[in-house]
Amino acid sequence: MIKEAGFLARADLQTLLDRLHDLGYRVIGPVVDDAAILYRDIDRVEQLPLGYTDDQAPGSYRLSQVDTPRCFAWADGPHALKPFLFAPRETMWQVARDSDGRLAFSAVDPRPAKALAVVGVRACDLAALALQDRHFLDHVNDPYYEARRAGLFLVAVHCAYPADTCFCASTGDGPRATTGCDLALHELDDGFIVEAASPRGHAVCDGLSLRAIDDDQRRAANDALSEAAHRQFRRLPSTDLHNGLLARLDHPRWEQVASRCLACGSCTSVCPTCFCHAESDAPSLDGNDSEHLREWDSCFSAGHAQLHGFQVRPEIRQRYRQWLTHKLGSWHEQYGRSGCVGCGRCITWCPVGIDITAEANAICADTIEEAP
Amino acid sequence: MNKPSIAVHKFSSCDGCQLAFLNAGEELLTLAGLVDIRHFLEAGVADEQARVDIAFVEGSISTDEEVERIRRVRENSTLVVTLGACATAGGLQALRNLDDSHTAWKNAVYAQPAFIRTLDRAEPVSAHIKVDFQLWGCPVNGRQVLAAVRQLLFGVLPAVVHDKVCMECKRQQAVCVMVTSGKPCMGPVTRTGCGALCPRFGRDCYACFGPADDVNTDALSQRLEGLGLPPADVARRFLFITSQAPAFHAAGLRHYRPGFVDD
Repeated sequence: MIKEAGFLARADLQTLLDRLHDLGYRVIGPVVDDAAILYRDIDRVEQLPLGYTDDQAPGSYRLSQVDTPRCFAWADGPHALKPFLFAPRETMWQVARDSDGRLAFSAVDPRPAKALAVVGVRACDLAALALQDRHFLDHVNDPYYEARRAGLFLVAVHCAYPADTCFCASTGDGPRATTGCDLALHELDDGFIVEAASPRGHAVCDGLSLRAIDDDQRRAANDALSEAAHRQFRRLPSTDLHNGLLARLDHPRWEQVASRCLACGSCTSVCPTCFCHAESDAPSLDGNDSEHLREWDSCFSAGHAQLHGFQVRPEIRQRYRQWLTHKLGSWHEQYGRSGCVGCGRCITWCPVGIDITAEANAICADTIEEAP
Repeated sequence: MNKPSIAVHKFSSCDGCQLAFLNAGEELLTLAGLVDIRHFLEAGVADEQARVDIAFVEGSISTDEEVERIRRVRENSTLVVTLGACATAGGLQALRNLDDSHTAWKNAVYAQPAFIRTLDRAEPVSAHIKVDFQLWGCPVNGRQVLAAVRQLLFGVLPAVVHDKVCMECKRQQAVCVMVTSGKPCMGPVTRTGCGALCPRFGRDCYACFGPADDVNTDALSQRLEGLGLPPADVARRFLFITSQAPAFHAAGLRHYRPGFVDD
């Protein structure tokens, strides 16, 4: 349960970062880099994107500066929590041949030198993390993910600035962070309402100088989140998407979207819940050592559906359909819910701006009309 | 057992791919211990007629003499591997194929064109002989070349890279330059292998590794037009370094007019 801990004046935000560093965390937070808001190592509040906001549309992301004292006045950039836990590329094990020709296999220790504390996480990414946990911890018991997940400390910021591409209200995953974090912050002009959501979160709060929260602050924070939900105009169909999509595998819309789709894999890569990967071996030139690698793959890649000697999904139509029917449909069977958390990244970061909500709505259009 | 032998042959090219090979540094010493290098001009080894297990070929086929020579390379080699964009897809010099501009360009470029004996067209190696494996890039990525050598020494064909540059950008956590800046990036249709080098430095990919598998060039062309590129520039994006790769050739020609001048 999330509980109010107190109000942290803006001037004291540095003490939160200091506290996390003092507790031994590697602290990650949002910074402006490469024309986007990205997660990077931080130690000073001055590194946060003070006064920045974003303008997101299908296939377009632009940062701009506005007159605000706030540091979190933006919606998620391209990076989710995913790369910190499910590494884009990592060595899983190594093998070396000794002078007698014997092979010695060795494990790679995936434990990070320091546990991560990530500041600025949004509700959609917490929901995505819960889904990745279900996959990597419950479903496949992945030691690499588990080692990085174990000490993770999360400071959420309730999202008062959804982008035009966001639809977390429609998936039920935001904009308020309700679970899965250690601390949650409401950002107001003069500071932050701090909420603690775990024993570790409470312990961090103990080291902060927090004041009492007044009702005006509470009201302002809640109003901002209601507005943030209402401002979202994209939504997924509210019908049963599992049966709806799987009953429409021959819908002409698949062909239409395929004519626009580049099959580049950008959507699945920025998706905070997609977990597909490929494994390969990287032998040294002399052939005496080798590393076994895992890297992000995508159901849009040719290699992903390449079985021995034949291609299961040769057409882009089939690949897009595979992604959507899995993400919104058969994910329910595997993980008990949809694989979409409404972060909108696949819409913004698609080079041609394909909109998952538009496609799902078009394909399920007749069920929507049938709905009461 | 004898060491496998290799040769690196040069045809119409800038030598950059040979240099990418040479740039491998210490690994090159390892390689020299693993194989007999019989012919490699940039490395100072010359025996053009050597019979070898693996011949790497740099450059496109652009003269009468090269047409003959590439046939001899084929006869003298168990495996032929193309090394880079010129050998694999024509390279820059194949732009002269586009509208029969060979003679006009020759006369414009050279002080004494009468001494230049080139064919009307510059062709990829595969237009003349059977090629066993292709390595892309302008230049090739040295690491990729050595990985291919390793796999060939294991007795298997090297793994084909299927992915588009976008996948590598995302793995490297590079931010999409098309989405943030509207740059006309070719990453969504281009084979990776470069490590997403250009986008990682804020530059749009210019497709030097040629087309990936299953590319949707129509969709990208439309997007490039949407970003404000006139048809001549859309054509140039596809018809630049790998213009003889069929997917890019077809996409480029849909926007290309003979005698194009800047719009």
